[in-house]
Amino acid sequence: MASRAKGGRAAPARTARPLDDDTPGSAAARLTREQQLELYYWMRLTRTLEERLVALYRQTKVVGGLFRSLGQEADAVGSCFALEQRDVMSPLIRNLGAMLVKGATPVEVLKQYMAKGDSPTRGRELNIHFGDVGAAGKTRGFLGQISPLGDMVPVMAGVTLSFRMRGEDRVGLVYVGDGATSTGAFHEGINFAAVQRCPLVVVIENNGYAYSTPTSKQTLAKSFVDKAIGYGIPGERADGNDVLAVYDVTKRAVDRARRGEGVSLIELMTYRRKGHAEHDNQSYVPEGEIERWARENDPLDRYLARLTTELGFDPKELAAVDERVRREVDAATDVAEASPFPEPLDALAGVYADPPAARPLWYREGISGAVTSSERAADGWGVYKADAKQESKISQEDA
Amino acid sequence: MAEVTYLEAIREALFEEMERDADVFCMGEDIGAYGGAFKVTEGLLAKYGEQRVIDTPISETAIVGAAAGAAHMGMRPVVEMQFIDFIANAYDMLTNYVATARYRAFLPCPMVVRGPSGGYVRGGPFHSQNPEAGFIHTPGLKVVYPSTAEDAKGLMKAAIRDEDCVLFFEHKYLYRRIKGTMPAGDHVVPIGKARVAREGTDLSIITYAATVWKALEAAEQLEKEDGLSVEVVDLRTLAPLDDEAIVATVKKTNRVLIVHEDTRTGGIAGELTARINEMAFAWLDAPVLRVTAHDIPLPYAPALEDFVLPQTADVVRAARTLAAY
Repeated sequence: MASRAKGGRAAPARTARPLDDDTPGSAAARLTREQQLELYYWMRLTRTLEERLVALYRQTKVVGGLFRSLGQEADAVGSCFALEQRDVMSPLIRNLGAMLVKGATPVEVLKQYMAKGDSPTRGRELNIHFGDVGAAGKTRGFLGQISPLGDMVPVMAGVTLSFRMRGEDRVGLVYVGDGATSTGAFHEGINFAAVQRCPLVVVIENNGYAYSTPTSKQTLAKSFVDKAIGYGIPGERADGNDVLAVYDVTKRAVDRARRGEGVSLIELMTYRRKGHAEHDNQSYVPEGEIERWARENDPLDRYLARLTTELGFDPKELAAVDERVRREVDAATDVAEASPFPEPLDALAGVYADPPAARPLWYREGISGAVTSSERAADGWGVYKADAKQESKISQEDA
Repeated sequence: MAEVTYLEAIREALFEEMERDADVFCMGEDIGAYGGAFKVTEGLLAKYGEQRVIDTPISETAIVGAAAGAAHMGMRPVVEMQFIDFIANAYDMLTNYVATARYRAFLPCPMVVRGPSGGYVRGGPFHSQNPEAGFIHTPGLKVVYPSTAEDAKGLMKAAIRDEDCVLFFEHKYLYRRIKGTMPAGDHVVPIGKARVAREGTDLSIITYAATVWKALEAAEQLEKEDGLSVEVVDLRTLAPLDDEAIVATVKKTNRVLIVHEDTRTGGIAGELTARINEMAFAWLDAPVLRVTAHDIPLPYAPALEDFVLPQTADVVRAARTLAAY
């Protein structure tokens, strides 16, 4: 915790077997100028979109809680940037940036938070709990997370097991926080994936806190990456607030998975500058810690400095990215605010493929006696009301 | 056609479905080289290899979670819980992840979780459980629990082809005691349909799994000794319940006894009774009664287990009470 309190850079892990013999830094050195600028775009979009969500939250337009990734944009963006379009990524609550890289749009995110009927989950799930996953080329390749932590590790073991079984050239990446490493699902999932040689990269974002619990109360291990030893897999720790270092280490792990060499573990050292969610007043954080990280180790500030001093970007070029992001978030906000809330009856559809919808309970439907499945089918249950409206609108337009 | 046991019928279904569809694969503890604790999966590894018959670590959460992930990508996993008692270790994955996947994220989750279930085998507290009630309560899961060899095969094939997650309870007491002649061809029994195991007019026994056979024994005895015509309805599927079949038998006999091996409180008999109240109260001539296990963890000693679990004599006694009401 001492190094964290100083806002210092992470020391490399000494005990876990490293990923491969590639020179660290070489993958990042191969990035084109366009890609370097793209990394900045995704990080800026993440931050600006979250700032917009804060404004909407204060206007009570965000229905549930708001989860920030302030100060963690580099770890989410840099790691996901190492994946190909056909690969599948499973984000956690601080990985808005990774989702944007994988193709989630600001308007989808805004609609989710605002519980809109045409949000990706039709108002069924909250915040960034949504996905688009399936066949390569037809889906963007990110999987909707659930709240029980660690569960996505076994699921991604299965996703990547299917890649291996079908001989598909696809890789999976799953994020967990420092807290999730304490769950049984994390252990079972990573061990299963390791022993099955699944093409999976497991990223532990060590941001110092699981809700209010510091890492010192999560584990006695000196570093999370050392858990790799127990699973017989390689692991590396990297500075999670250096987007190029994050990209580099992840790219090497992704390449390793693609070569059929199995699971890798990555620990990204970062810091959660906001609370668990917007309501959390962070009373448990030592005084001055957040401010030090904001001042000395902000991932956007660090990358901006590097882009202008080391990589030769004109500050005007970067300001143009900021302006583009602002316009995009404004436009997305307008669309999301104008979209409708869900139809209550749509709550009953789609628990199963068959039956496609449940029938309202007798005291809600105003009729009685129809108990047979054929009677139910005759009533037309199983079509989204919103869809039916849409279809009738289209057919009217056609006419 | 030769008769096959309940266990062999399940194995036949696995072979046929793996042959029919290259996306079907099996995972579980000791299912490959050893063929499973009860040998249900015996021979699969030799025929289909390690890619499709996977011996896993002892990790029920990972087995079910990985099945879900593979199912999202278009595979059709069939996973074994070595004993169904251990499904409790995957309860979170099944109820929080799998059951909600289609609803919250439009993610298909076509997978089967199967395992040896039930008592009467001196298995003690951790090899005898009937945990079905904990899952029929969860929207998004389907639950089947066959009593015959024919249904075991036909329902397994339907479960593997279903677009959603099906929990397939196999009664281990029936594994080698029950035989049946498999219908020729592609024998699929639809999920969600009950079966009238014995026609009758005086009272109905609604039951499933091993207690179907207790109910049939009781019906035989009641006919001989009391002249009662007892109908036995085998639910076969517990989620979704076959409301039509339940209402039909109530309307026919007007007296209902529910029998299950699961414990009493929170068991499925309570749900069935409530549904009969809602759908067919006017047709009842007597209160709905139930015969179940006592609310006790299942003990090992024969004298204890036999006392705790419902026996044929219990069913006969309850049926007589109901007939006389």
